[in-house]
Amino acid sequence: MMAGNSNARSWSERIIEVLLAAAVSVSILTTIGIVVSLVGETTGFFREVSLVEFFTAKEWTPLFTPAHYGIAPLVAGTFLVTVIAIAVAAPLGIASAIYLSEYASVKVRRVIKPILEILVGIPTVVYGYFALTFITPIIRHILPDTDVFNALSAGIVMGIMLIPMISSLSEDAMTAVPRSLREAAYALSATKLEVALKVVIPAAISGIVASFILAFSRAIGETMIVTLAAGGTPNLTINPLESIQTMTAFIVQIILGEAPFGSIEYQSVFAVAFVLFLLTLSLNIIGHWIVRRYREVY
Amino acid sequence: MNRQVDSATLSGGKLMNRQEEMFTPRLKSRQLRNAIFKWIFFGANVVGLLALVLLLGDVVRDSWGWLDWDFITSFPSRFPEKAGIKAALFGTIWLMVITALVAIPVGVATAVFLEEYARKNRFYAAIQTNISNLAGVPSIVYGILGLTIFVRWMMLGRSILAGGLTMALLILPIIIVAAQESLRSIPNSWRHASLALGATRWQTIRYVVLPASLPGILTGVILALSRAIGETAPLIPVGALTFIMTVPKDFMDPFTVLPIQIYNWTSRPQDEFRCIAAAGIIVLLIVLLSMNATAIFLRNKYQKKVVE
Repeated sequence: MMAGNSNARSWSERIIEVLLAAAVSVSILTTIGIVVSLVGETTGFFREVSLVEFFTAKEWTPLFTPAHYGIAPLVAGTFLVTVIAIAVAAPLGIASAIYLSEYASVKVRRVIKPILEILVGIPTVVYGYFALTFITPIIRHILPDTDVFNALSAGIVMGIMLIPMISSLSEDAMTAVPRSLREAAYALSATKLEVALKVVIPAAISGIVASFILAFSRAIGETMIVTLAAGGTPNLTINPLESIQTMTAFIVQIILGEAPFGSIEYQSVFAVAFVLFLLTLSLNIIGHWIVRRYREVY
Repeated sequence: MNRQVDSATLSGGKLMNRQEEMFTPRLKSRQLRNAIFKWIFFGANVVGLLALVLLLGDVVRDSWGWLDWDFITSFPSRFPEKAGIKAALFGTIWLMVITALVAIPVGVATAVFLEEYARKNRFYAAIQTNISNLAGVPSIVYGILGLTIFVRWMMLGRSILAGGLTMALLILPIIIVAAQESLRSIPNSWRHASLALGATRWQTIRYVVLPASLPGILTGVILALSRAIGETAPLIPVGALTFIMTVPKDFMDPFTVLPIQIYNWTSRPQDEFRCIAAAGIIVLLIVLLSMNATAIFLRNKYQKKVVE
């Protein structure tokens, strides 16, 4: 009887293990699904448009005749907004991390951290609303020549959104620096500022750089802020006051335009999404690789 | 600093005085710089707070007078005075139910398998890398995935089911990582004690490990769901941006959700629509803040328990 019982037990144990393993396969299938769904239509797109045109042409006009399919304006628009966002978020994020890891008392941390967490939790469509209805009018008041939709407003708001991300990742890197390094510097009568700038930051630099890369990747994939505030004009420019279009905003525009299934516009969405996917994936891999490598140091 | 001066004054009791003359002023200015930068670093945190205050102030000001009971119980309309969020609110609730029903079991099961069953070998490392990469995929790409796999291949059409499944895949990595961390925090001695009493592996998980890690898992689940409630981009390809005048009745109905409705109203040029968009944002933020408050409450309670 005992034997029978344990036999039944081991059977149900086996079934449970298989069920759990099946759950793991969902995340593998998701990755496969993403790649397959992007590659399928992208191949169709490149049967019509040559790779050379895609990567070298300077115009992106899929809805006009003659249509041009050079991704450069979309990539340029994406990078313009992203660079502005990082220029806002990087200094503020690092300064915030230095304060939290080197200066703040436990009490102050308990106030600041939840506020930063609230900023993380605000939906991107709300940030988009904020950019369009608050930041843009201010910019247009100071610089009247600015377009209603412009890269600067979207970039600034995206930067605000990224501050908590850079701050918390950099802070993790800074708190991982051994206390003994700081104490050695204090023993040489260094001030807190000198310890932060000359000991902690150099020791945590790889983690800080990784936080920039991950924030960069996040900014490239951001959709709602740029769709609402940066405009829908593919534009090869470095002027932040002009209307531009990012890769993500293009995807939204065509999908909302109900491009017929199988048409070249429909397929161009997948080609752009594929480029977006590869860009963010490689940035994430580099970022995580730096974080891991750096962790092994201590 | 200047070696020659140093060696010239090395002899005699004058040395100490000279050194103080050389170093004291520098120390003061160094400390001053430290004090100044302390406030600059603090200021960086104030910028975040300030942005939050401005954002909330902007939304409250714009929505003033527009947020009332009619707004919550009316369907969308071409006339902003008559428009409301009833369809979006019900759509959001339906979508969250599907998302939770799919993402929670699959996510927790994945975490249990990885932490309690899988050997920590290359397979484990590969899965772990895959999950962290999935967490970094832009949400609009998940929308494209949903469009291809659920809307077209599985022929679910532009239904709540397709939207819910897409959203479930999007938050799956968040739930898995949170559940894994929670499972890892359970000491191995608990597992050994249970196994030593003759419990099987699954009995140990079911009656010892999971109950102990539940608060941590729950916190992760709530944060993941609050991410899903605010997401707009992945639902656009799945077709949630439509004019809907009914409350969904089953899984295959077309739908819209709060963030999509907010996006739709914000993107219109008329000021009145911006105002009702702001009113919609207030409703969305209230839902989100109460979810986050629950998560923080659970986390604090849980942290105390561990200390005991």
